[in-house]
Amino acid sequence: MESPSVTVNGRTVPLGAVAPHTSALDWLRGVGLTGAKEGCAEGECGACSVLLARPGISTPTEWTPLNACLMPAASLDGQEVVTAEGLGSAEDLHPVQREMAVRGGSQCGYCTPGFVCSMAAEYYRPGRCARGDQGAAAREDHHDGEHGPNGFDLHALSGNLCRCTGYRPIRDAAYALGAPDQDDRYAARTHEAPPAPRATRVAREDAEFARPGDLEETFALLADRPDAALVAGSTDWGVEVNLRGTRAALTVAIDRLPELRTFEVTDEHVEIGAALSLTEVERRLDGRVPLLAQMFPQFASRLIRNGATVGGNLGTGSPIGDTPPALLALDAVVVLASADGEREVPLADYFTGYRQTVRRADELIRAVRLPLPLAGLTAFHKIAKRRFDDISSVAVGFALDVEDGVVRRARIGLGGVAATPIRALRTEEALTGQPWREDVVRRAAEVLTQEGTPLDDHRASAAYRSAMLGQSLLKLHAESTSPQEVPA
Amino acid sequence: MSALSERPTNPVVGLAIPHESAAGHVTGEALYTDDLVLRTSHVLHAYPVQAPHAHARITALRTDPAYEVPGVVRVLTAADVPGVNDAGVKHDEPLFPDEVMFHGHAVCWVLAETLEAARLGAAAVDVDYEPLPSLVTVREAIEAESFQGGQPHLERGDVGSAFDEAEHVFSGELEFSGQEHFYLETHCSLAQVDENGQVFVQSSTQHPSETQEIVAHVLGLHSHEVTVQCLRMGGAFGGKEMQPHGYAAIAALGATLTGRPVRLRLNRTQDMTMSGKRHGFHARWRVGFDAGGRLQALDATLTSDGGWSLDLSEPVLARALCHIDNAYWIPNVRVNGRVAKTHKTSQTAFRGFGGPQGMLVIEDILGRCAPLLGVEPDELRSRNLYQAGQATPYGQPVGHPERLHAAWDQVRASGDFAARTADIARFNAAHPHTKRGLAITPVKFGISFNLTAFNQAGALVHVYKDGSVLINHGGTEMGQGLHTKMIQVAATALGVPLEKVRLAPTRTDKVPNTSATAASSGADLNGAAIKNACEQIRERLAQVAATRLGVSPADVRFDDGEVHAVAFSGERVSWEEIVHAAYFQRVQLFAAGFYRTEGLHWDSAVMRGEPFKYFAYGVAASEVEVDGFTGAYTLRRVDIVHDVGDSLSPLVDIGQVEGGFVQGAGWLTLEDLRWDESDGPGRGRLLTQAASTYKLPSLSEMPAEFNVALLQHAPEEGAVYGSKAVGEPPLMLAFSVREALRQAAAAFGPAGTSVDLASPATPEAVWWAVQQARRSGEHGHVAEGSPGVVPDQPGVDAHEYEPESERVQHQLSRT
Repeated sequence: MESPSVTVNGRTVPLGAVAPHTSALDWLRGVGLTGAKEGCAEGECGACSVLLARPGISTPTEWTPLNACLMPAASLDGQEVVTAEGLGSAEDLHPVQREMAVRGGSQCGYCTPGFVCSMAAEYYRPGRCARGDQGAAAREDHHDGEHGPNGFDLHALSGNLCRCTGYRPIRDAAYALGAPDQDDRYAARTHEAPPAPRATRVAREDAEFARPGDLEETFALLADRPDAALVAGSTDWGVEVNLRGTRAALTVAIDRLPELRTFEVTDEHVEIGAALSLTEVERRLDGRVPLLAQMFPQFASRLIRNGATVGGNLGTGSPIGDTPPALLALDAVVVLASADGEREVPLADYFTGYRQTVRRADELIRAVRLPLPLAGLTAFHKIAKRRFDDISSVAVGFALDVEDGVVRRARIGLGGVAATPIRALRTEEALTGQPWREDVVRRAAEVLTQEGTPLDDHRASAAYRSAMLGQSLLKLHAESTSPQEVPA
Repeated sequence: MSALSERPTNPVVGLAIPHESAAGHVTGEALYTDDLVLRTSHVLHAYPVQAPHAHARITALRTDPAYEVPGVVRVLTAADVPGVNDAGVKHDEPLFPDEVMFHGHAVCWVLAETLEAARLGAAAVDVDYEPLPSLVTVREAIEAESFQGGQPHLERGDVGSAFDEAEHVFSGELEFSGQEHFYLETHCSLAQVDENGQVFVQSSTQHPSETQEIVAHVLGLHSHEVTVQCLRMGGAFGGKEMQPHGYAAIAALGATLTGRPVRLRLNRTQDMTMSGKRHGFHARWRVGFDAGGRLQALDATLTSDGGWSLDLSEPVLARALCHIDNAYWIPNVRVNGRVAKTHKTSQTAFRGFGGPQGMLVIEDILGRCAPLLGVEPDELRSRNLYQAGQATPYGQPVGHPERLHAAWDQVRASGDFAARTADIARFNAAHPHTKRGLAITPVKFGISFNLTAFNQAGALVHVYKDGSVLINHGGTEMGQGLHTKMIQVAATALGVPLEKVRLAPTRTDKVPNTSATAASSGADLNGAAIKNACEQIRERLAQVAATRLGVSPADVRFDDGEVHAVAFSGERVSWEEIVHAAYFQRVQLFAAGFYRTEGLHWDSAVMRGEPFKYFAYGVAASEVEVDGFTGAYTLRRVDIVHDVGDSLSPLVDIGQVEGGFVQGAGWLTLEDLRWDESDGPGRGRLLTQAASTYKLPSLSEMPAEFNVALLQHAPEEGAVYGSKAVGEPPLMLAFSVREALRQAAAAFGPAGTSVDLASPATPEAVWWAVQQARRSGEHGHVAEGSPGVVPDQPGVDAHEYEPESERVQHQLSRT
């Protein structure tokens, strides 16, 4: 095994004996790259954002921005990282840096290197069409106000917080970016293969980080170590480590396992590998599952979606999670794998209690399957304080089959109203076989407000949560009957 | 034009240039305090032991178990303090407490070789607590009559008879939330004892001089034995005016005791649970209008939630009282103020410093009363704006009110206000599930420290033999662009290009006895001090140049790096040549500058005087759209005209206006500080103590259309190069968002519906407001007629208002 090392801004740097709890951020700062900052240590502010060369979809490699505060430093072994310092220098600014600087995109400057990395990734995103010449017409296409005339998707910056500017100059900088030059080295890099995942073992004191090479090796490792912490993206685990001081004797990274990175569409189902990031799933599905397409932009931030995986989201067993309510509505099936083989569990049977599931310690979530065909009327409603990057007070996934004005089948998934994500079974029953009509919907909405046992907390009152369940069904009905009168 | 405000030809001030550190920001090369750790050897890391009670007595503190954790070097406790065990200026903030006053209070600090070891060491410290009863909400404190500090009283006219004669009298209550600063860079200090025995503290502080004084008094040293430097801050917003001192003192104490550099950087959770925030307030009010909707009388009691110690609560309250009029003429006014003492973090300065809280009360009153008066809110506000010749309730004439009216008219015109109001009425009539609202609100904000003595500043300017210029001043850079403006001021005053001037970091051994960079005054005060220093040098150089050019010194001009005689097309000599010549003529090429704001006076005991040099004005119109299903909303368009006088640096100023507005909108609509108010074991704990639970505005809260203009032709006579302060006033432009939300919520009910809106107006709060409007006929909680809700009057035994900070700044007690 090679001694662990990382390519940082084009130079190979030995990782050294890093502890498994040491974040990529602390490691980078420790080797002198202090551009990336710690603002929150939980992947909310993006001040630590750096670029990784990750496998792409339309090009072999894509520059993928991630929260360095959440990634274990050891997970960087064999990877290529670029930081704000690597993009340019004061004497030779990168185009993103130049736009940010001249337009007043920085005030205190603390969040700026992170913004620059997130913005640079979107600058290099394949398929970002620079349509500056179409001007107003291009803007008209994107009446949501979240895309620039140059194709820049503002959601690329949804995981970066700035407390000074009010964002206008940052948006202007993003929208002013042209296409990368022909000789741009970072653009050129995307046309070559990404760094291969490297099997890694880093031990320090009494704690160890391991990245097994394949599934078999993973099972062998887990057989001996039921105490291992499985990490597939680390966006949840990193928060535990940083904010709650959780430490594991063995951390096992499974997010690069090839067996967990499948993506398949057959006549019967869509199979989504558990270790695909949410961004990868979003891009590969490309709108084929409208309910998920509606959910993705509301799931945390782009920075988190670049790291977080579908398997990880189900693995943590969060009562909210955001994918579970959507996947429950889609009748998803969880594929669990162990040394003994695979088993399939309907997602509705998967959760057993607060952060508890049927998954055994020797099992991995290998994939999630969505049965086809999909329901005709679907929606994902997220109630939160903030539109970008917030945790749901309540999340509702709807999948209804309405034929000839009658609800033939209803699946409604709820998050944030019980110890686990749940199906709204009584509401489903109240709708099934009934006409899709306002009076029926009103009665069903009453039933929906009674589902679950919402709590009062800092996000919302129980009364509001309950009310929002019913309101979401009313809104769905209003949208499906007179869409122009309903707020987006 | 005064000498202070007059600009020379070709001034460098007024140019729209990027932040002086912009290239450093975008490349990550700009250094902040915590970035220096890597450049320092053998650094120890500090970690606090935080108490898990809102109020408790510490009955035992055992540090031995911490020493068993590998890497732990020292545990700092009260016994280690050689000087004064206090982190503030009022002797009510023990650095190491024996009584826990809020959940998360640091009782001692662990120093270790690594942060991980320090964390584990802190977890190992064994503390016994005897829990005591606690007050967590401002209402609990009012009930228990738990107040601290003086109780100011501001009165003008005859409130009693005014109410008797008023056509309409309304009364009500309002309680609103504070705000977490959430500067992206948390509190940080790095302390060491240098090769000369000097205690050197690098600190993220807005107030290096006070940090220096507190470090000195904790260590039992004189100020000349301590140097504090602030390179730059990753945001501050008032949160680093008083709060950094204790952390700097801990680091310095550790450094002197161990002989090693000590780094103290709070993580976000520690920062949010330990450091002070914007004060939340409770207000009880009665208001009287005449038949035309003109304000006749206001009687109000404001109670701020000060937290466990006084900190800056008294001056914050004073500013709240001085801003309850906002931009409106109220002939008869009585306002009482008091500071509740609660078991929470000690609330402190935050952009606006009480001004926003006072102004929120009157804007809320107008927003709630307009429908009851049958007057459109914009019309009601417009009718009550100050006119020429009127004075504030504390007796200061309102200067240039025509500029306020000009800004108002400009926003209405450029924002197409009348047409859009009509469009919105049509939209609302056609959309049962969605309503829009458009509101316009003014800002009038007094500039200067209320306490006259703070309105002074110093600077140090060096011209080197090669003509390069190094400037130093007492202000700190927190992102507001002060250093950018100061370089522009120096280049203008010396008549040299921008590139000739370099600015060195703020240090207490360069400019002493500085005021905090606060009260929006940084550019006014330090700019004038730099200008003064530059002019001393320029006058000396003019003598040299006069001889060289054969003209009178009065006719010498310095312009863009050249020196020439006025009205002569003749010889032009380079700046470098004159500097070089001056050196050989033994002319002093450096100077200390000083400035004090003239014409201020303030009697805090009776709350009368002219505490402000001038007022900054602004007007904003905001349009929102509310989803009737959920209460979620979007900010569709914002139009702002703001008065910065004659701008020193337009890119910087527009950035301040926009950033202040969005931060204000965050306070009023999104940022939701929640404390555990239950009787459970977590009582008093801050529940929203992380970025995941305390949500700041993100790009999704930015107005879809955001038009910001600076008011033209508005030079300020009394400030450097005709400019005005800009840091704080724009925050309060965000009232327009809150009022637009109120109007949109009201549109779900019948015409004339008065709506109560909680603050912050989160989607949930807006939804409840919509529900209230839908229950047509209810008018919230505004009581009509007399006596209604009567504001509390101070008791006979209430403290006289003479804040301690104004009697004595410091009492250095030494051991």
